[in-house]
This record gives sequence, structure tokens and C-alpha cells, in this order.
Amino acid sequence: MTSIKFLFCNLNFSLSSILHFFLSSMVLLKIKFPFQKRVRLAQGLWLLSWVAMFSGAITFAIGVFLKTELHRRSEVMHSMDIHIVPNLLMAVGLASVGINICAGKVCQDSLDTSRFPRWKTFLPPFFCFSVFITSLLLVAMILSFALQPSLEESLKIGLKNGIRFYKDTDTPGRCFQKETIDRLQIEFQCCGNTNYRDWFEVQWISSRYLDFTSKEVKDRVRSNVDGRYLLDGVPFSCCNPASPRPCIQYSLLDNSAHYNYEYQTEELNLYNRGCRQALVSYYMGLMNTIGPCVLFDFLLQMTILVSLRYLQTAMEGVIGQENVEIETEGYILEKGVKETLLETKEKVKKLLQFAQVGDASATTPGTQPDEEKPATA
Amino acid sequence: MALMKVKFDLKKRVKLAQMLWLMYWFSIMAGVLVFSMGLFFKIELRKRSELMDNNESHFVPNILIGVGLLACFLNACGGKICYDSLDSTKFVKWKSILKPFLICCLFFNFLLIVTAAMCFAMRIPLEFTLAEGLKNGMKYYKDTDTPGRCYMKRTLDLMQIEFRCCGNNNYKDWFEIQWVSNRYLDFSSKEVKDRISSNVDGKYLMDGVPFSCCNPSSPRPCIQQQITNNSAHYSYDHYTEELNIWKRGCRDALVSYYGGMMNTIGILVLMVTLLQIAVMIGLQYVNTSLSTLVNPEDPESESEGWILEKTVKETFTDIMANMKAMGKGNQVDEEANEEAVATVS
Repeated sequence: MTSIKFLFCNLNFSLSSILHFFLSSMVLLKIKFPFQKRVRLAQGLWLLSWVAMFSGAITFAIGVFLKTELHRRSEVMHSMDIHIVPNLLMAVGLASVGINICAGKVCQDSLDTSRFPRWKTFLPPFFCFSVFITSLLLVAMILSFALQPSLEESLKIGLKNGIRFYKDTDTPGRCFQKETIDRLQIEFQCCGNTNYRDWFEVQWISSRYLDFTSKEVKDRVRSNVDGRYLLDGVPFSCCNPASPRPCIQYSLLDNSAHYNYEYQTEELNLYNRGCRQALVSYYMGLMNTIGPCVLFDFLLQMTILVSLRYLQTAMEGVIGQENVEIETEGYILEKGVKETLLETKEKVKKLLQFAQVGDASATTPGTQPDEEKPATA
Repeated sequence: MALMKVKFDLKKRVKLAQMLWLMYWFSIMAGVLVFSMGLFFKIELRKRSELMDNNESHFVPNILIGVGLLACFLNACGGKICYDSLDSTKFVKWKSILKPFLICCLFFNFLLIVTAAMCFAMRIPLEFTLAEGLKNGMKYYKDTDTPGRCYMKRTLDLMQIEFRCCGNNNYKDWFEIQWVSNRYLDFSSKEVKDRISSNVDGKYLMDGVPFSCCNPSSPRPCIQQQITNNSAHYSYDHYTEELNIWKRGCRDALVSYYGGMMNTIGILVLMVTLLQIAVMIGLQYVNTSLSTLVNPEDPESESEGWILEKTVKETFTDIMANMKAMGKGNQVDEEANEEAVATVS
């Protein structure tokens, strides 16, 4: 028992000491760079930055395409939450074009030691900014999956309203709902919100076209509390062209109303799918296709940033030296992760203190003359 | 006197060759474009071949595909010639075939013009084919259980939805045929028996249309049955009702669709023809400028370039004379042979 405890303590101690050693001391991921390797890195990186520029432009184009597709069906969507995904893609695409142009310029200048020093102050904030922008790509990808329930909910409400206002072709603001829903059902080969029975619960025939003197209409209107004309029929846009028989739209649940018809077994007469499911699977399919492209762009961009960091640190060893062809070291972080974080914290504190002191010194001149005045008086 | 003579020094020759090489690249892309247009047209015709009775002529798209491929090949050769013309050692091997190549290009340009004309003219036979095909298609609408015709209903429905049309000339064509299959008619009911006995052929005719004729822009739910009967529907007058079903006939819709496509392709082919004529003239200048060097050993000497060595009239008379001489030459040969045969026997 005590030997196991001793072993466990030992293991724990050794692991923590290794981690402590790794994080607190030394530089992070050091690589030696002779002159030729530096030149080759700069050249390869310059080429890669051109590729990444095109990749960024493609990401922007993908964002525009996705936004257009979402906008086309915006009439049946209740909320615009899902639009954050194409917006992010567009913003990151544009920003990465700029980032890659800068990276290319830095690479070009790195081969000439006289022109490289002017980038010294510019590069650290540039790296922070670029890493942040590139990580937004991952955020966009995660959001595209995480917002699926929100999209489904938005479509549910949007379609419900669309079906409710189907008959209001004379009400301004809603007069195109009928055409929108009809075209949607034809294009996506779907019927209703969840399925075709959604049409049974709504009055989709306008009262302008109902003969209120006829017995049939009066019976139907009286049969429910709200006085709506409900029927077991669907609009023509639910009809499936693949059906072998001419479309049956009305009296769908009444087997005796049609010759040789049984609604329980009739499969092809109307579209079986609900429009909500059809639209969700369409958009999810789009995003699943876009996903790998965005991931590729992200990996490319991160590769460029890491390589650029190595190039920068390798070049810093060359600046000021007379012999340009010496071997230098490149690293990602000068000190370990922990130390760098502490340093950044100190720097930020100093900046804040400086800002506070600046405020204090602005207020004190105002109090001093008052103190002086009573002395002289 | 030569046609459009131009003086060339080395710089001008090099510039001409470089520009011509670039233009040949554009011409190759234009050739690819013509090829893809032909392919696209062929696929579109195939997609609706059921509506044309499987009888449509694929002549024009096939010609377009062939012309596109030929253009790519000729332009690639022309580009190589231009590239080599800057180096006098490489150009020597092309010198002998350059004249026949240019004559080939001339014939090819004629072929392009003929192709463009055919694109514009194909509209007329297409109209006849479509009229026949649609009429037969509508006849087989109800035969969803007959193998070979079971997809006609779906094809027609999808076509009417996509092209926003109804029937052959208009929606009344549906009144003259039975489009509801007998399998779904209750022959014991009075209504069915009346309709069948009302015409000679015993067909179930009615004043109704399939659902695919419905116009989604209509403010009221679609009226498909009893279209000409005003009293069957509340607040309905079929003379003034405009938006209920599509007014256009499918033949008109399809002809204008294919006609528009063919006009676009025809115009594109004409533009490609102009480009080809330009590169052909450029190549002729390259050819003549390199063969009239003042000092053949010195590549930097001046030269002259032209399109035709003599004027158009003189060139034409020369060609006629050549052809006559060739014809006479054959005759003389034949007479000599006959004489030889006569003397031998």
C-alpha cells in the first residue's frame, strides 16, 4: 500500500516538474536557421501567402453565396440569428486578404536586411490581430452547427405565419405570401410545415371566394369555434408530379370521394416531406459542403502565421550584424508560455496605470492655484 | 501591287509575333467555349427529347462540338508557329506548310460562318418537331402504366411548371384529349357515362386541366376543373380571369427558350469567326514579312508584309488560270494515254 502511494507521489512530482520546466523556462519550439534555410523559408512563405490570398477571397465569396441563399428565403424565416455565419465568413475573408498581402510584403523585405527593421514594431500586434481573425473561422464553423436548432425554430415560426397568411392576397405586406409558399413547396418538393396536415388546421381559402349562402360553406364555418372555413384539402403546390394519377387536392381523408383511392396507402399523390425539414436539410447540406473549405483556409492561414513568426525571430538575430549569412535561431515565443503571459499582464497594467496617472495629473493643476491663493491672500 | 503592304523592321516583327501568340491563346479559349456551348446545347436537347418525339436533329450541336475541337487544334498550331517565328532556325521547318495551313484556316472560317447561319436557321425545323412532340406527349399523359410512356406525365408536369405554360397552343388543348386514365374513372357513375357517350371516340373529355397549369401568382386558390363554367365557382368569370392558369402555350415557350439559346450561340460563333479572321490575317503578315527579308542572313533587316501578293482581281484570275491548267494537264495526259493505247493495239 505504501509503495503504491510512494510510486504515485513520485509520478505526480516528476510530471509536474517536467511541465514546470517546459512552461517556465527556455524558449518555445526553437529551430536553427542557417542562411539558405532562411531564404527558402522566405520564398516559400511568399508563394504560400499568394495561395492564402486566393483562399481568403474564396472564403469571402462563400460567405456572400451563403448570405444570398439565406436572404432568398428570408420571408419564411422569423429571426436572422443564422446570418452571423456568412457575416463572419465575409469579414474574415476580406481581413485575411489584407493579412496575406502584408505577410507577402514582409517576406519580400526579409531578404533585404536594410528594409526589414521597419517592420519591427508593427509585427507583434499584427500577429495578435491575425491569430484572432483566423480563430474567428473556427468560431464560424462551430456556430454553423450550434445554430441549427435556432434555424429550425426560426423556420418553424416563419412557415407557420406563411401558411396562416396564405389567403391574405389582398392585405398589403402579406399579398405575396401565397406566391412565396407555393413556389417554395414546388421547388423544395415539400408540403406544409411538418407535413400536409398543417393545411387542414388553417383557412387557406380567402373569404372573398367563399359563397356564404351555400349550405356546405355554412356547415364548415359553423363546425369550429373561430368560424373558419377548414377543409381536408391542400393547395395545388403540394401535388407531386411523379404521381401516376391526376392530383387529388380536396377531400383527402375521404376515401369514398374518389374512385379507387385510399389515403392511408396513397404515397405519391402529395409531397410527404414537411417544408421545415426540407429547408433545414438543404441549409445543413450547404454548410457541410462549405465546412471543409473553411477548415482548409484556417489551416493554411495558421501555417502562414507560424512560419512568419519563425521568419521574424530568425531575422531579428541577423539585424545589426555585419555578416548577413550567419546562422540564427527562430522560435515562437521568446520565453515560456507562463512568463510571456506574466509579461503581457505587466505591460497591460503599466499601460492602464499610465492612463490613470495621466488623468490624475490632469486634475491636480486645478487644485494647486486654490491652495496658493489663500497663502498669498 | 500587293494588298495592304506594311513595312516591318525587327522590333515590329517581334511585337507582331508576340501579340499574335497572345491572340492565339484567346482563340484557343474561344474554341473551348464553342465546344462547351455545343455540348450544353446537346444536353438541353437530350433533356427534352421526349417532348420532341425522340425525333430531334442533333446536327447543329454536333457541328458546334466538331468546330470547337478543330478551332482548338488549329489555333494551337498557329500559336506554335508564332512562337517559333521569333527564332529563324526553328521557323524554317514551318515555312513549307505555312501556305497550306493558311488556306485551311480560310476554309475553316467559311465553315464557322456557315455554322453560325445554321444556328440561326435551326429555329424553324425545331418548331415543327416540338409541335408534333407536344401533341403526342399530351396524348400519352394518362398512360402512366404503359412501359415506355410511364414518365410522360411527370415530364409534362415538370415542363409546364418550369416553363410556365399550359398545353400545346394554349390551355384548351387539354379539353380535347382524355388526360385522366380509365383506371381512376368510376364507370358506374352517371357523370362519367354521360361524358363518354357525349363524343364519338368514347373518350372522357372535360373542361379541366392538370395541376401543373396552375399559376402561383393567382390571388385565389387554383381553379382546375370546370374552367369554362362560371356558375361552378363563386365570383368567377373565365373571360376576365387572367392569373388563374398559365396563358402561354408550351410550344411558344419552348421555341422561344431554344431560339434564345441558339441566337446567343450564333452570335458567339460570329464573334469567334471575327477573331479567327484577325489571327489568320496576322499569321499571313508574319509569313510574308519573314519570307521577304532584304538580307536573308541578317535577322535584323527590314522586310515587307502583305495580305495578298497581287490585288484581289489578279489573285482570283491567277487561281482560275491554275485550275484550268490543271484541268488541261489531265486532258493532255488522257489523250497521250489514248494515243499510246491506240498505237500499242
